[in-house]
Amino acid sequence: MIKVIKSGFYTTIQDLGRFGYRRYGVPVSGAMDLYSCEFANALLGNSRGCAVLEMTMVGPTLQFLKPTRIVLSGAFMNPKLNAIPIDMNSVVSVKRNDVLSFGRLEYGFRSYLAVKGGFKSEAIFGSRSMYTDITTSAHVEKDDAINYLSVDDVFDNSNAHVKYNDYVFNNEYLEVFKGPEYDKLSKTQKDALLNRELKVSKYNNRMAYQLEPLLENTLEPILTSPVLPGTVQLTPLGQLIVLMRDCQTTGGYPRILLLTENAINTLSQKSTGNVLKIRLKD
Amino acid sequence: MIPDLKYSQFNSYSILIEWKAIIDENVLEDVLRFKLCIEKEYIKEKVEVISTYNSILIVYNISIENVNTKISNLKALYSKLDKVKTLNTSTWKIPVCYHDDFATDLEGFSNKKKLSKAEIIKLHSGTIYTVFFIGFLPGFLYLGGLDSKLHFDRKITPNLNVKKGSVAIGGEQTGIYPQDSPGGWHIIGNSPIALFDSNSNPPCFIKAGDKIQFHPVSILEYSAIKESVEASKFNLSSLLV
Repeated sequence: MIKVIKSGFYTTIQDLGRFGYRRYGVPVSGAMDLYSCEFANALLGNSRGCAVLEMTMVGPTLQFLKPTRIVLSGAFMNPKLNAIPIDMNSVVSVKRNDVLSFGRLEYGFRSYLAVKGGFKSEAIFGSRSMYTDITTSAHVEKDDAINYLSVDDVFDNSNAHVKYNDYVFNNEYLEVFKGPEYDKLSKTQKDALLNRELKVSKYNNRMAYQLEPLLENTLEPILTSPVLPGTVQLTPLGQLIVLMRDCQTTGGYPRILLLTENAINTLSQKSTGNVLKIRLKD
Repeated sequence: MIPDLKYSQFNSYSILIEWKAIIDENVLEDVLRFKLCIEKEYIKEKVEVISTYNSILIVYNISIENVNTKISNLKALYSKLDKVKTLNTSTWKIPVCYHDDFATDLEGFSNKKKLSKAEIIKLHSGTIYTVFFIGFLPGFLYLGGLDSKLHFDRKITPNLNVKKGSVAIGGEQTGIYPQDSPGGWHIIGNSPIALFDSNSNPPCFIKAGDKIQFHPVSILEYSAIKESVEASKFNLSSLLV
């Protein structure tokens, strides 16, 4: 078990998400920055789908009640084990009663904690990803206990030489495909979209990121149609809304762009005020 | 007549198929037939198919290597579609209590539309609605068929907390809120039936293509059904028409 001493700003359990339930209106969910999540799992020799903790902006304080091995990846929040700084993207051995805590966020926005074998929390429809009304709780809270398997402290470091690619932090561009309604945009609108600097607004969460400034919009709403994480919607007011992992399954706003998976991972590490540009992928 | 379908790559792991942008039962039938056929064909490949009024989105679980091959395969599949066999659909009678305790906007709705509450209830429960698809929220049904006398613009300021089960009208649509959620529709009643249950698999007993009819019940009947639903004793097949 992990005992949650402090929950942090917004901490959830995530894996690759729910596949096959969107026909019932269930969002796919899953780790926002799947690259960092999968990297942490890979380093431990876990399967891709092992559940991790996604920690947003301010990390939690956690006590391990069983020995295990962990990897932290993604945003850098000055992690410490028993008050001693530990490395990101490397396997760390944890003993019974060790306490993991975090300090100041230095870069990125979401950090991932993987344990050997993954967290064994409740699985609904094939996924442990937390989501309101699907899982019992929507996020991790103080005094929660999260289960994982105990690992003997025989430390095998052979897997730990994969290099973390920090594109999610260094990318200044979001690579996109044209969305189904892209061609309905005027030349002026397309130019504005592709040449402007876009700023992450304060409306950013696991469901959607809004980007500023407004883009003058003349497009009519569409018949409610399918959307996926990464879909960029243009609202009648001209707001650019990038749908993220917890997004609804259908929407009625024109879908002008679609972020690549790398771009979704990149945007997941951005927060209010960060600036990006959009680049069309051919 | 063969409808003109548009096939395009959506993102790196999905393909979009679009029919003409209209809300139409014939289009729905074609969409659902094709959806079933795709699901059957790709059953081993772990493919997820999302359908709406006039679209199908096929989500593969890995990146598409050759999109043209995938699209030709889909086109071939469509040309072989069986258009004769009737789709397996059901009609459900959904109890709704239109009592003022639940119908927080019925009074205002009645005044604005110059229709008595009884007339509104009669019109709303006298129609058989078609379920076009489930989307937006888990278990939210997109229903077609609302009487034009009941069309009413959405609220300018949404309610922050619409109660689970609320039956509401917004624009040309009517629907049931499957969970507590914010919403801008006018609430005219509440249904005791759970449209989405994360303890069941599948979580929704109603599917796209099904028909539903609202059946007015008293507060007493509402409470009895609600109690039975909450104790997991309610027999859903009793709702079948």
